[in-house]
Amino acid sequence: MRIIVDGKRCCGAGNCAAIAPEVFDQSPDDGVVILLRETPPPAFIPLVAEAADLCPVAAIKLIEP
Amino acid sequence: MTETIPSAYITEFPAARSSPFHPPRAYLRLQREQSVHRVTLPSGLQAVLITRHEDVRALLDDERMSADETVPGYPFLYAGAFESPLRGTFMRSDGEAHYRVRRMLSKDFTQRRAAALGPEVQAIVTGCLDAMERNGPPADIVRDLAFPVPSRTICHILGVPYEDREVFEANTRAMINTSSTKEQVQGAMGAILGYLDQLISRKEAKPADDMISRLIEEELKPGNLGRQELVTISLILLVGGHETTATMIGLGTFALLEHPDQLDELRRSPDLWPGAIDELLRHQTIVQNPIQRVALADIEVGGEVIRAGEGVLLVLEAANRDPAAFDDPDRLDVHRNARHHVAFSFGAHQCLGHALARIELQTVFRSLFGNFPALHLAVTPQEVPLRPSTVGLFGVDSLPVTW
Repeated sequence: MRIIVDGKRCCGAGNCAAIAPEVFDQSPDDGVVILLRETPPPAFIPLVAEAADLCPVAAIKLIEP
Repeated sequence: MTETIPSAYITEFPAARSSPFHPPRAYLRLQREQSVHRVTLPSGLQAVLITRHEDVRALLDDERMSADETVPGYPFLYAGAFESPLRGTFMRSDGEAHYRVRRMLSKDFTQRRAAALGPEVQAIVTGCLDAMERNGPPADIVRDLAFPVPSRTICHILGVPYEDREVFEANTRAMINTSSTKEQVQGAMGAILGYLDQLISRKEAKPADDMISRLIEEELKPGNLGRQELVTISLILLVGGHETTATMIGLGTFALLEHPDQLDELRRSPDLWPGAIDELLRHQTIVQNPIQRVALADIEVGGEVIRAGEGVLLVLEAANRDPAAFDDPDRLDVHRNARHHVAFSFGAHQCLGHALARIELQTVFRSLFGNFPALHLAVTPQEVPLRPSTVGLFGVDSLPVTW
């Protein structure tokens, strides 16, 4: 499982950083998503999937290997 | 395409709540029937009403939908209000025009920044609760806790002296009350704008460690923001930062007192609080005015078509009770994962301050019910004064309690 984030779409709401802080952070300059782990361990997948679902602008995509 | 709607459903918009804890039943009946309904608004305009969770989320994140109220077809709700105080601001802009400003503001509302404010919020809450204790029962939760906490917090962030709160608190209430006349809204807004204009001048001369000073240094001085734009943005943050959270604290306290089984669970298992905050946000959904948008193209929704140029109203309080998204949706259940609620809206305009709001709500409720284990209403539930459906945010005007 690989994660792709679209920083141009991101509105900086930070839902992802709240749900899965081990995987997502926010830029201190403009709140835009920072991807900490492109291929997170399997244990994180449910939270990453929830973060993708809750992203208000669908800026997080999960790619099957 | 179905365009005939039973007239019984369209005579009353906005529909009123029959219980303080449940959205108007009329919206939930519409939700069961079909995705798209057309209603006549008090303004005389017609609009599409969207109530299902899936549709609300999809349309709020659809680039064919505009938040720009100057686009013909924009669904103004009330007669005489065909121009909102937000016209031309980032909240009524799309795409880059919106993001240009939103990106300047986001850094002060990230998860980290909100979390870092935790101790400050706790100190503010403790101060309010100590005063409540000192002054002895009864107390009014709205006056003594719900307004002071978010008001002091946003003042701290922005660098607005809390001593000046009378200028913005009373005028804010006049601004968001949809039964205010256009002159009243403009007068109230003018008073706050004039105050903020002077405050910005003082900060230009003497910057401090606060958000308005930062925006002056980083955005106003280099020319990224105009001065009037900064004044308006400061107003939006000040108003948006206290009225919403205050309303949620008042109604949320009422809801928890009226659901003692849920409150008991929270007292037994404080770990449930973060989830309970989202469940309260979902269940109460104070934003009773629907989110207003206008379609820029034909959009298919649930087998029907919203036509380009039609106004669209997205009913958050109905979406948050959609059984397709939440099992047994009318039940307040602190064990539920309700994080996919749309109480903060959805799409690029989702509430900028949601992380801060969650911290404020959690700190208030934990401390209130922890410090006052015997807290209960000082009046009957029926005597609690409720706001009418014409006020943008549903809530209680006062909440008398004793202990």
